[in-house]
Amino acid sequence: MNDDQRALPIGVRIGVPVVLGVLVIALWEVLVWWLAVPKFVLPAPSLIFKSLTTDYPSLLLSLWITLRITLMAFFIALGLGVALAVLSAQSRLIEISIFPYAVILQVTPVVAIAPLILIWVGLEHVDRALLILATIVAFFPILSNTTLGLKSVDHNLRDLFQLYGATRWQRLRYLQLPAALPYLLGGMKISGGLALIGAVVAEFVAGSGNGAGLAWRIVESANRLNIPRMFAALLMLSVLGIFIFLLMAGLQNLLLRRWHESAMQRER
Amino acid sequence: MTAPMQTAPVAGRTLIEVRGVAKRYTGGTLALDGINLSIAEGEFLSLLGPSGCGKSTLLRLIAGLGQPSSGSIEWPRATYDVAGEPERGIGFVFQEPTLLPWGTVFDNVFLPLRLAGQRRRDAEGAVLDAIEKVGLAGFVKAYPRQLSGGMRMRVSIARALVKRPKVLLMDEPFAALDEITRMRLNDDLLELWAGRGWTVLFVTHSVYESVYLSSRIALMGARPGHIRELIGVGAPYPRDENFRISADYNEYCRITSAALRGAMAGKGGDL
Repeated sequence: MNDDQRALPIGVRIGVPVVLGVLVIALWEVLVWWLAVPKFVLPAPSLIFKSLTTDYPSLLLSLWITLRITLMAFFIALGLGVALAVLSAQSRLIEISIFPYAVILQVTPVVAIAPLILIWVGLEHVDRALLILATIVAFFPILSNTTLGLKSVDHNLRDLFQLYGATRWQRLRYLQLPAALPYLLGGMKISGGLALIGAVVAEFVAGSGNGAGLAWRIVESANRLNIPRMFAALLMLSVLGIFIFLLMAGLQNLLLRRWHESAMQRER
Repeated sequence: MTAPMQTAPVAGRTLIEVRGVAKRYTGGTLALDGINLSIAEGEFLSLLGPSGCGKSTLLRLIAGLGQPSSGSIEWPRATYDVAGEPERGIGFVFQEPTLLPWGTVFDNVFLPLRLAGQRRRDAEGAVLDAIEKVGLAGFVKAYPRQLSGGMRMRVSIARALVKRPKVLLMDEPFAALDEITRMRLNDDLLELWAGRGWTVLFVTHSVYESVYLSSRIALMGARPGHIRELIGVGAPYPRDENFRISADYNEYCRITSAALRGAMAGKGGDL
């Protein structure tokens, strides 16, 4: 966000995009009607809305299934990423032993390892495979950002802690972790979105488990040429993604606004 | 030079004894060589010299941040812990305020006590006392970002004082501040120091600052860093504006400046 946007009143900042959205949707509705576009190519917004209201029990269930995998993957990735980062901050040896494998895990496309994971956990535990795959996708930004943050401590502050005979634990608790917090939160913002992407991509590749998630709804709707419902599922995914992003941004602002550059408001 | 103030009277018992200290960095640079210096209890000693003469390096070695390559730094009056480290009882003030940006003024001043295992409630009195001493009583809950450069430096000084150190080590603490703030902090520092019996070791590259503050100046030269001369500043404390405009002050500044010029002109290795 640059300074120009920051200077605008909140009403304008929210109002303008909303008005634009409404205009685009209205134009979409009119064009579909005018050009008589078939509904299996591009359904009118009104049709999507209707599908949303009639199919909502099944869609909401799918939303819940996807959300659950996303959240679980995110929190596992968060715990694992922070733990490994803290561990590798303790010794250079641990760091150089862990990092290459984390990178390998990161650069290997999740789509490519999905069949393998599926076989390992057993075809009857698809939801476990989904969770593992989404976690792998979400894990790396947390690990790399937190590691960077733990290392980015001011050298004089490090000396100060040494002068006062701080223990390893005190240094971690009172110096390294707070210093890494802005980096961690940045990582969490990326990771939250990636967990959702991971959950969806994994479901596309590995199929759904006991219940169908939103990805499965999309595949199914495509097979049945029920394009309005497909759009409804897509809409839900976007809203979920936006919600996760806003949640992370809110958390970031809450924790950093009093001391970190990134969240400070400037008066001019 | 034959000025009578060249060798200064040593005020009290020796607190720190630096013997033949040299420091060579891993890159091969010889930062310090042949440093001998006795620091007496209760004195205000400045390390004055051009940049790159190793004065900060010497200060850090005295603080125990790093080991000398040869020679020793002894603390004859300190007890030694099980690891063989002297209980130095120092407070250190860096050139930058070096505050925790996520902590309030209170949190920052509380830090040394927290690291010593004290609880917030028990330490509150000492912390508030130190904050008040540096004149920041109204800013206990402020964050460093909300303070001016001079105020941040005051927080840093309060933090150094909160454990009631025997020695205060200051590494060009006021170098980044404007002239007016600097003079005020100089006065406040002298006031804090006066009659409390602690020792101050003060690194600076300002002749005027060192003369105003110190009872003794160790003049350093570069390549490699060495002590060229010890200059005693005999003017009595308390010192104030009157001292700053006195003929004495002028004379000390003139002598010190001349010595500093000599240090900068002379080749380092000839001592």
